[in-house]
Amino acid sequence: MTSMAGSTAPTGTRPDPPGRVRRFSPAERWVHRATGWLMLVCLVTAACLYFGPLAQLVGRHHVVVFLHEWSGILLPLPVLLGLFSAAFRADLRRLNRFAVYDRQWLRAVRRRRRSPEARPAGKFNAGQKIYAGWIAGAVLVMMFTGLLMWFMGLLPFISRTSAIFVHDLLAWAITFVVLGHMRKAFEDPEARLGMRTGYVSRSWAEREHSRWLRTDRDGSVAERTHEE
Amino acid sequence: MAGQSKPDAEGGAPVGRRALLGMLGAGAASLAAAPYLQRGWEGFLGAASQVDATGLTGLLPNPGGFRYYSVVGSVPRKDETNYALTVGGLVDRPKTYTLADLRAMPQTRVVADAVCTDGWRVDDVPFEGVKLADILDEAGVHSSGAAVRFTCFDGAYSENLTLEQARRSDMLVALKMQDKPVTHEHGGPVRLFTAPMYFYKSAKWLSGISVTDKVVPGFWEERGYDIDGWLDGADRHAA
Repeated sequence: MTSMAGSTAPTGTRPDPPGRVRRFSPAERWVHRATGWLMLVCLVTAACLYFGPLAQLVGRHHVVVFLHEWSGILLPLPVLLGLFSAAFRADLRRLNRFAVYDRQWLRAVRRRRRSPEARPAGKFNAGQKIYAGWIAGAVLVMMFTGLLMWFMGLLPFISRTSAIFVHDLLAWAITFVVLGHMRKAFEDPEARLGMRTGYVSRSWAEREHSRWLRTDRDGSVAERTHEE
Repeated sequence: MAGQSKPDAEGGAPVGRRALLGMLGAGAASLAAAPYLQRGWEGFLGAASQVDATGLTGLLPNPGGFRYYSVVGSVPRKDETNYALTVGGLVDRPKTYTLADLRAMPQTRVVADAVCTDGWRVDDVPFEGVKLADILDEAGVHSSGAAVRFTCFDGAYSENLTLEQARRSDMLVALKMQDKPVTHEHGGPVRLFTAPMYFYKSAKWLSGISVTDKVVPGFWEERGYDIDGWLDGADRHAA
């Protein structure tokens, strides 16, 4: 466990293929995959409950409700299980902390400067960091308001109508933000490859996440292959 | 861990955590402000739908509106030509009503709130139709009859009332809703309207009324819902 931190891969793995850099451990990819599927089920069933024409097409109200409620309840579970993985915990720390160059990244976005040099990033760029924090908070608010609708009278001072109002509005926000997240992924095949296989090309890493490998190398821990 | 972990921005501001907590705060604030926000929102939607030819405003969040529920995949459509309401069970004169028969009977208008257990409600909805009591009287209920079972032409849904509940004057076999014939989506051409009870008791697509000697749990009651779906504050002993 101690030899893990700061490295880009768990200890004991085989060396990287030539020209490839380890970006995500299997545990992290499973967390992402499971969360993604749960989110998809949750959003699709939500649409079936929400839009009259879809509701009429699909019917089976109790089945749709069951899927919606349970995919929603289980949504944080992959992340919680991921906490057992040191690599995942290390990435959570990376996502949490903002560096000076992250502010530079945000400024570049505001000024619509697209070149990779204008947008320096560590393992995660500033947008990914804000997205991660926001979606985590949003899922918790959705769970809370969802539970209020599910178990009526749980907190009598909050009316069910209020819970539904917040649940509905935030559902729209999440829909658009998740669509944005997916659009970003579709625009960058190498990023998708990283999430699918765990590896990205070194050139991509140095271009899109210029401070990632550099910072890790400068850190107190050397490259992972030397650790054992 | 400390001292060893060197994520790429160690010691930087915890922006991720702030985004999370900020979202939680915004959620709590909007819950608190929801009653006020919603009133404004409904006003805006009302105004917008006046000038909206596309119907897109119907997609916007509006907990004030009806929501469509069906427990089956698809529901057959019925109209004047093929609708039938069968009354049977412990009665002297079993009968099948057509839509025209029901329209020819005395009509009663009840204005009440439609309240769903899922939390949405629509206030002051006018329903109009034949009093359930009139239909029961016409059929002549046996002395052994104690409850009424309702079945629906969706093929799955069922509901129930005790005989005493069914004879109340605010229990309707509704033909009109909001002063228009009940649409298919709202359970037309004929649905039940049980004004003092939660809306799940108001079975849609009503096709059968059967007097039984005891209460037979309906679709949702078999799945844990209250047998009597009284609304809070309903007068349970009104006639």
